[in-house]
Amino acid sequence: MYQLDTDTSKVILSLLSILLLIVPLISGVFTTIHFYNSYEFTELMLAQPLRRETVFLAQYIAVASSLCVAFVVGVGFPTLIYGVNSSSLTLLYTGLMLTLVFVSLAFLVAVLTRDKAKAIGVTLLVWFFFSLIYDAILLWVVYAFGEYPLDKTLLVLVSLNPVDLARILMILKLDISALMGYTGALYKDFFGNYSGMLFSTSILLVWILVPVWIALRVFKKKDI
Amino acid sequence: MISIRKVSKKFNKLHALREIDLDFEKGKVYALIGPNGSGKTTLIKSILGLVIPSGGDILVDGESIQKSWLYREKIGYMPQTGRYPDNLQIGQLFEMMKNIRSSNQSLDEELYNFFDFALLSNKRMHTLSGGTRQKVSAALAFLFNPPILILDEPTAGLDPLAVEILKEKILQQKKAGKLIIITSHIMSDLDDLATDLVYVYEGNIIYNDTIDTLKKSTNEQRLGKAIVHLMNQNSVQQ
Repeated sequence: MYQLDTDTSKVILSLLSILLLIVPLISGVFTTIHFYNSYEFTELMLAQPLRRETVFLAQYIAVASSLCVAFVVGVGFPTLIYGVNSSSLTLLYTGLMLTLVFVSLAFLVAVLTRDKAKAIGVTLLVWFFFSLIYDAILLWVVYAFGEYPLDKTLLVLVSLNPVDLARILMILKLDISALMGYTGALYKDFFGNYSGMLFSTSILLVWILVPVWIALRVFKKKDI
Repeated sequence: MISIRKVSKKFNKLHALREIDLDFEKGKVYALIGPNGSGKTTLIKSILGLVIPSGGDILVDGESIQKSWLYREKIGYMPQTGRYPDNLQIGQLFEMMKNIRSSNQSLDEELYNFFDFALLSNKRMHTLSGGTRQKVSAALAFLFNPPILILDEPTAGLDPLAVEILKEKILQQKKAGKLIIITSHIMSDLDDLATDLVYVYEGNIIYNDTIDTLKKSTNEQRLGKAIVHLMNQNSVQQ
């Protein structure tokens, strides 16, 4: 894509659109499939003198780190080769965060379900929800309550969806937020500065840590 | 060695185990039998801490296994279906297990040598046949010389030679005074190995005594026939 267009920010924007759809899908589905494919081996590991926490966290770290490495090799290297700037770094950062968020969510789904087909189905549903349905609901809200001042509410609602959060972070870095009109200006004001970055990072961290924590609690009491 | 006290387990509405009381003592080989879905596997998994009982307690060497994990050091477990990560090599698997159980017990590499795993150590798990994977599971269970051995259908899928090697090994361990629990549907194997019989039916223990007693009381020479007797008696009582 870098050879097709001279404007790197356009390229990064197209990469972003693909990334926002594909990264959550791949990380989620791969994690669930992995969890169920190694189920018997997990069973054997748990029959060894090991804590359940250790086995679970080892599995989480293994899956998360290999997916992160895959992302860095697949997306990170090409973008960095064509120019290290703040937007390519943000792309890398949001991609990695999204990977971790969806690995966590998929682990949660995997420990809550009993069979592979159901787990993959629910993971796909989670992906579908955050990528499409949530935005649809958001649009509906904007449409239905258009007469009220919604900027702040939307800000909160957007923060609750990791995919939207990643998208906004990226768009703001690309200086095309003007296209989003008044709301864009508000977002720029909020997310664009240092504390906004900190805020979005902490929301994403919550999205990573809370599902893992709940999954760990469930896993400790799960019948294998 | 292992005492099971009023252990019950419910999966939703299904009673897999109903207030089971059972003692396993060392130096004996227990044959755990029962129809499919009778609760055998649930019982084994409860001992291993894989399934958490809804009630009751399990003691290994007098200590409760709840919230404890080090007791598994004493148990060698051979699962029914050994599935391992596809790209793991046999040698790596054994190294990893030795790492996990970094105990100073002497290793028992007899099965490892019998099955010639040293020659296969670069083979990846997904290239192995089901029977070879079963051999790997067996070698791993015996490797750390544990005082308790739990073997879930150990002979299923093994070739006759390997079955004989494994049986020899079990008998040798029995003589060494270890506690061995075997589930199997192959009665002739159990007849050669086991000293005691535990018959599980719909989550209850129907029979728990030595095999000799069973044979005498039913006037049968072979274990298979004696068990058929036992099952018939059981259905008459109901």
